[in-house]
Amino acid sequence: MRLELVKRPQQSALFSALSPFIAFGLMVVAGGVIFLILGKDPVNGLYAYFIEPLTEVWSLHELAIKAAPLILIAVGLSVCFLSSNWNIGAEGQFTIGAIAGSAIPLYFPQFQNGAVLPMMLICGAIGGAAWAAIPAILKARFNTNEILTSLMLVYVAQLILDWLVRGPWRDPAAMSFPQAPAFHSWAIVPELMPMSGRANWGIVLAIVAAVAVWFMLSRTLKGFEVKVIGQSPRAGRFGGFSTARTIVFAFLVSGALAGLAGIVEVSGAIGRLQPQISPGYGFAAIIVAFLGRLNPLGIVAAGFVLALSYLGGEAAQIGIGVTDKTVRAFQGMLLFFVLACDTLIHYRVRLVRPAPAAPPAAAPVTETAHGHG
Amino acid sequence: MKKTIFALAATTAMLVAGSAFAQDKTKACFIYVGPIGDFGWSYQHHQGALEMQEALGGEEKVEIAYLESVPEGADAERAIERFARSGCGIIFTTSFGYMDATNKVAAKFPDVKFEHATGFKREHANVSTYNSKFHEGRYVQGVIAAKMSTAGVAGYIASFPIPEVVMGINAFVLGAQSVNPEFKVKVVWANTWFDPGKEADAAKVLIDQGVDIITQHTDSTAPMQVAAERGIKAFGQASDMIKFGPETQLTSIIDDWGHYYTERVKAVMDGTWEQVDVWEGMAEEHVVMAPYTNMPDDVKAAAEEIEAKIKSGEFNPFTGPIMKQDGTEWLKDGEVAEDGVLLGLNFYVAGVDDQLPQ
Repeated sequence: MRLELVKRPQQSALFSALSPFIAFGLMVVAGGVIFLILGKDPVNGLYAYFIEPLTEVWSLHELAIKAAPLILIAVGLSVCFLSSNWNIGAEGQFTIGAIAGSAIPLYFPQFQNGAVLPMMLICGAIGGAAWAAIPAILKARFNTNEILTSLMLVYVAQLILDWLVRGPWRDPAAMSFPQAPAFHSWAIVPELMPMSGRANWGIVLAIVAAVAVWFMLSRTLKGFEVKVIGQSPRAGRFGGFSTARTIVFAFLVSGALAGLAGIVEVSGAIGRLQPQISPGYGFAAIIVAFLGRLNPLGIVAAGFVLALSYLGGEAAQIGIGVTDKTVRAFQGMLLFFVLACDTLIHYRVRLVRPAPAAPPAAAPVTETAHGHG
Repeated sequence: MKKTIFALAATTAMLVAGSAFAQDKTKACFIYVGPIGDFGWSYQHHQGALEMQEALGGEEKVEIAYLESVPEGADAERAIERFARSGCGIIFTTSFGYMDATNKVAAKFPDVKFEHATGFKREHANVSTYNSKFHEGRYVQGVIAAKMSTAGVAGYIASFPIPEVVMGINAFVLGAQSVNPEFKVKVVWANTWFDPGKEADAAKVLIDQGVDIITQHTDSTAPMQVAAERGIKAFGQASDMIKFGPETQLTSIIDDWGHYYTERVKAVMDGTWEQVDVWEGMAEEHVVMAPYTNMPDDVKAAAEEIEAKIKSGEFNPFTGPIMKQDGTEWLKDGEVAEDGVLLGLNFYVAGVDDQLPQ
């Protein structure tokens, strides 16, 4: 006896829309069970996790800080994933963006005026896009596997950052410790409401980017091209769309937004370039992209949900004494449930009893599930 | 706007209520860079925290809260601020990467005391820094290594090329050369504080290159376990790792933060806390050697002798004549290195078989 996934002829639009909520609900239930098993009160645990961070103004600012890079990166990833380009290397593009943007205040410390920050943001985006162009061109020209190349470039990017802050860009006043000099005030992304917390304009940038990419995907020919190529490259070719061009386009958009997120993070939230600038935003954004159903507007909401799971994880550590590993477990469960719900929307589970005389059954899944990494 | 003001008022009210509630009990909070189960750096800080709680009257007097595996980026500031807002009287941030974040939050919460381990920035009156002279223990290890090694080469698994780590390597080499002037040290930079896989790989590479003693400046027990498998000797790091190499560990440098934490939290309780910059070693028992095991009695005697000399202040590991790796003179005969130079150390002494990453 075995299980088979059979493609549904028609997918329920209702459940497609509900799926992230169902997934979130399942995660809450599973989370409650985990708290129970750990011997903690599940109501307290879930309150600390999902509600407490929303009850204070400073914490809402922190939520915005945490969500901004996730949204920026995930919005870019949605373009990649919709066109079936599996960019797993956003973390590296984020890092190179941070480096490229930081180069301006570090190389031209005397240059201090209102033009510095816009130039840093542009350089950050270009840096990220350039880094993403490597797997894109390799895929378009040589058909290499972009999952591997983009992922491996993450480690290269991190080592470049490491080398820079230990070597050429090290702050001479830092007692041989690895960090670049702090940015001057013109090179810092301003805070939105300095009176109540430290959230900066990064979150505004993220939402603007989400709206722009949403418009591009849903209202322009380019967006149509991206989606057609993603679903059926062959149909796209008949329509006169170039697969290679779409690969490069998707990676450049994705890389640019990840790079922008990188420079916003170091310039806004950290204030200097240092060896560690991201707790894995580039990877967490993959969860955000899928949780947002690859829709840039959905991604804005999903970004806040995932940001909440980080903040909540801390609150739960302090409040009820669970370890930091629960954060990772919760995030993993969330992605698992999102993908499981998606699978069940697209496919039906069928129980197949072995029939000894029958010829081997036809390949159970004839088309790979849409949207599966 | 109205809502914001309301929320601010509510927050303030909660904070006031919170601090009133916490008056008879002091809350000490800790930020760790790794998991408390690393059996190295973070574990040892947590042991210190527990020892402090015990010494000051247990849970009724001192409440402990901690966050583990806090990344050294933008997250650190939030984690520290969360503690500052949740009624902590004193917050210990136990990794170098928390330096800016600690000072930023300290500016906003002048009534909370902040203690940053291994950093050098004290921008506000409520920030202290503290660290230990781990290199004193490294020197003793070097003496033991040179006496125990037949190959005359030890392997050193280093984390990041920061002054403290470079200081450790230099002290180890100097200790070894005091016994065998030809002694060499091979270094592998793991570029991590805690990654059992990488650390184990580094240990294997070093052993394959012919070293017969392993020492580490990373936090997991993996190198000790590899050394045990390969049948060579090794030194533990940060905590006593004898359980992970009962036949392998020669000794270990134990970071004993308990005294310091007790002293500082008590100062908060008594209202006598003042800003300090502490760098203590064996004399104050901030650095303690684990029992000398798996070595002949004469080696043990030599180790004990040099430990006693360092402890009493009779001997400083960085006493000239010391040559730099490039062959130039660093310290003249009898000259002792200044703390300021050591805390920014960025060169090797002669005898290190490695290029310092620049």
